Amino acid sequence: MIFSEALAADSLPIQGSEIAARWDHLYLFLFWLSVFFFVLVVGGMIYFAIKFRHQKKHQPTYITHNHLLELIWSVIPTIILMVIFVWGYSVYHAMITPPDDAYEVRVIGKQWFWQFQYDDGRMTVDKVFVPVNKPVKFIMSSEDVVHSFFVPNFRVKQDVVPGMYTSVWFEATVPGRHQIYCAEYCGTRHSLMLADLYVLEPEQWIAWKAGKKLTGISEAGGGNPPSSGGDLVDQGRKVTTVKGCVACHSDDGSPKVGPTYKGLFGAKVELTNGSTVIADENYIRESIENPQAKIVKGFGPVMPSFKGLINEEEMNAVIAYIKSVK
Amino acid sequence: MSSTHAQSGTGTNYLNCTKGMSSWLHTLDHKRIGIMYLFTVLSFFLLGGFFALLIRWHLFSPDHHLLSAGNYNKAFTYHGAIMVFLVIIPAIPAAMGNFVLPMMIGAKDVAFPRLNLFSYYIFVLGAIIALCSLFFGGADTGWTFYTPYSIHAGTTVIFVVLGAFVAGFSSILTGLNFIVTLHKLRAPGMTWSRLPLFCWALYATSIIQVLATPVLAITLLLLIFEQVFKIGIFDPKLGGDAVLFQHFFWFYSHPAVYIMILPSMGIISEVIPVFTRKPIFGYKAIAYSSFGIALIAFIVWGHHLFVSGQSEMANFVFSLLTMFVAVPTGIKVFSWVATMYKGSIRFNAPFLYALGFLELFTIGGMTGVFLATLAIDVHLTDTYFVIAHFHYVMVGGTLMGLMAGLHYWFPKMSGKMYCETSALISFVLIITGFNVTFFPQFILGAQGMPRRYWSYLPEFTLLNQISTVGSWFLGAGFLFSAYYFIQALRKGEQAPDNPWDSKSLEWWSPSPPPVENFLKDPVVTTWTYEYRSAKV
Ligand code: HEC
Ligand SMILES: [Cu+2]
Ligand SMILES: [Cu+2]
Repeated sequence: MIFSEALAADSLPIQGSEIAARWDHLYLFLFWLSVFFFVLVVGGMIYFAIKFRHQKKHQPTYITHNHLLELIWSVIPTIILMVIFVWGYSVYHAMITPPDDAYEVRVIGKQWFWQFQYDDGRMTVDKVFVPVNKPVKFIMSSEDVVHSFFVPNFRVKQDVVPGMYTSVWFEATVPGRHQIYCAEYCGTRHSLMLADLYVLEPEQWIAWKAGKKLTGISEAGGGNPPSSGGDLVDQGRKVTTVKGCVACHSDDGSPKVGPTYKGLFGAKVELTNGSTVIADENYIRESIENPQAKIVKGFGPVMPSFKGLINEEEMNAVIAYIKSVK
Repeated sequence: MSSTHAQSGTGTNYLNCTKGMSSWLHTLDHKRIGIMYLFTVLSFFLLGGFFALLIRWHLFSPDHHLLSAGNYNKAFTYHGAIMVFLVIIPAIPAAMGNFVLPMMIGAKDVAFPRLNLFSYYIFVLGAIIALCSLFFGGADTGWTFYTPYSIHAGTTVIFVVLGAFVAGFSSILTGLNFIVTLHKLRAPGMTWSRLPLFCWALYATSIIQVLATPVLAITLLLLIFEQVFKIGIFDPKLGGDAVLFQHFFWFYSHPAVYIMILPSMGIISEVIPVFTRKPIFGYKAIAYSSFGIALIAFIVWGHHLFVSGQSEMANFVFSLLTMFVAVPTGIKVFSWVATMYKGSIRFNAPFLYALGFLELFTIGGMTGVFLATLAIDVHLTDTYFVIAHFHYVMVGGTLMGLMAGLHYWFPKMSGKMYCETSALISFVLIITGFNVTFFPQFILGAQGMPRRYWSYLPEFTLLNQISTVGSWFLGAGFLFSAYYFIQALRKGEQAPDNPWDSKSLEWWSPSPPPVENFLKDPVVTTWTYEYRSAKV
């Protein structure tokens, strides 16, 4: 018994995030429940096997069923399963619902590395820096195939899917390095698509934001801004100029051929077909890559598709920019 | 081997009635077709097993790179695809079911014998197409063919997918054949409420085969279209939806899980009463629960997509529904254990494998509850925990059932007895080897080791090594059982007509049975599990 408890607890990675402890409770509950049912079924089976083994004088008893017993072993498991379900859902709900003030980092999965874009315009590859005890949200997309972003120490995982945004959030509690894996098979070097997640103490975090070298973390001060320079919002603004979006869109509220970006993010958008959508990352992405899918009420279907003309990094910047014009 | 079967009264039986390879290839006899399926499936099992041992050998250490990354990925793709599509899905229904089902209901054959042979050839054709891909470089998509990776993975994957597509029709036609057989060809007195539970299980399975397999066929066809004609269905670059494929795929493949496990549960329900000398406990509950499982099977596919970006609402519903699968499954397990109560138990190999089934399936089932639980699945999905879980269910469930059935019906099929001592040794090897191979993988998964990893971090080494050593015992166990079965065929003792003293109809006929199954048309007067006046 002690052995198996040790087994259950030891077999888990460290609790590196807020949610990890809640996850572990539920896991251990399920573990002990399994031990109980295993002993019941397999123990019962072995006991019966020995007790009722074939012996000369023994006659088997004719029993076909027992309604009460059958009712019990239908109803009790159902109740237990419902408890597990509710418990599992409540932890899950917390796991996927970030607070509004979460610090955002954009993540791009590529065969076979991870790229991270920060609000200040910096970019890192295969390592990412986040503050301790602060909610952090990763907004993720893939440039090629499906990947999956997995940090065992935080008990979080989320597929990273081409053509759409998914997100994952956590509040890291343990400073230091945490392992990131790609958990969805993505080709030859899938098992090498690893990255490091560094959780920084407040003073380290300030240093990192200021672009200083961090002691003990190799080349951590780096993270070169992309050639155009500027923070993510600036980069996004530049993209909309270069790609000619400004001809049809303004960011000061004045309508042009197309609607203004001002106040768009998070707003309810009315469409020509009468329905409404919330303008989130996925909506804006779709508006740019596949404008005909949803036409804003009061405007014509004249926006050309920019599919294939805007890469993942630029898309992230454009969305950050649109998000910033409130 | 033919002249020694004189004991069956008439002297001719289904094995020696006609001779030569072509008499087998043209046969319409369900028993011969069953045997042909059995040999085909077992040879694929050998091939799939070879890939399994290769994978485990490769993973013996984190950097001992026996295989290149590309070859490793191919090895697990073929291991998975062969074991799922060519072994576990057809093994029990097509091989055992074909042989036993008509006999169990007192029929002379299945309803459509020609269709039955045709199904066999489609299956072989599908298998050949799929395996052809090996000669064109081999596919490396995993048996799940997730898009958009599979769309860019080159043409070899088309072979595998086309093979699975073609083989799928065999599954559909066999299912149809069984349903009609069960409705039309039951012997006088074989009422529904007397029907053996293996037949009930095959009925439920057939429904899934007929309803779900077409969805797989459509999915695979769309995948081929997209690859060949560049129509955007699943590839976002072409305007498709990557996750849509996963929905289609699991809409078939989840119910397929029950195509794999229900027939095995059917065998367990046959074996336990015979060797405990007691009627099955809760006959009705076991029969209905098969249909309960088959029904729920169609509405839980989304539990494979909890971290795919599927909406929270969908996850809520799929997690809730999945929980209900555990209830009928639990009912079956409890009923089997209860059947042993106050029995008079004999430990022949079929019963040993039934015990093995209960042990492994309980672990497989309980860990399934872990994975159905939303939050828990987030951490465990796509890790070795899932690998361990489904091997406990598929090997621990389906293969243990198959082994139970193989030993149980071997005397009927071959007219020979296998060696009980050898069977015991092999059982011990298999059950130990299995647990040593797969139990550590639960821990690896909980620790966070992702699946389909060609190399891994050094901290996972010890558990991987234990797992690899286990795989040798497991492999040895299966090879040894192949050996004593062959020995039994060559010089085994003559099997009596009913060596286990079973009440089930197939044992009324001589071993091996004559072409028309029974010497005189059977009339059923009692329930299949009427072990009231048990001969002890
Ligand atoms: C030829 C004019 C034109 C160009 C160029 C253009 N758009 Fe548009 N855009 C429109 C129109 C018209 C609409 C509204 C109709 C619709 O929904 O398609 C629109 C809609 C949108 C929306 C949805 C707005 C809302 O209120 O819901 C976004 C976001 C958007 N465009 C972004 C862009 C970006 C980014 C670019 C440059 C890469 C761009 N557009 C280039 C004309 C244009
Ligand atoms: Cu990957
Ligand atoms: Cu499933």
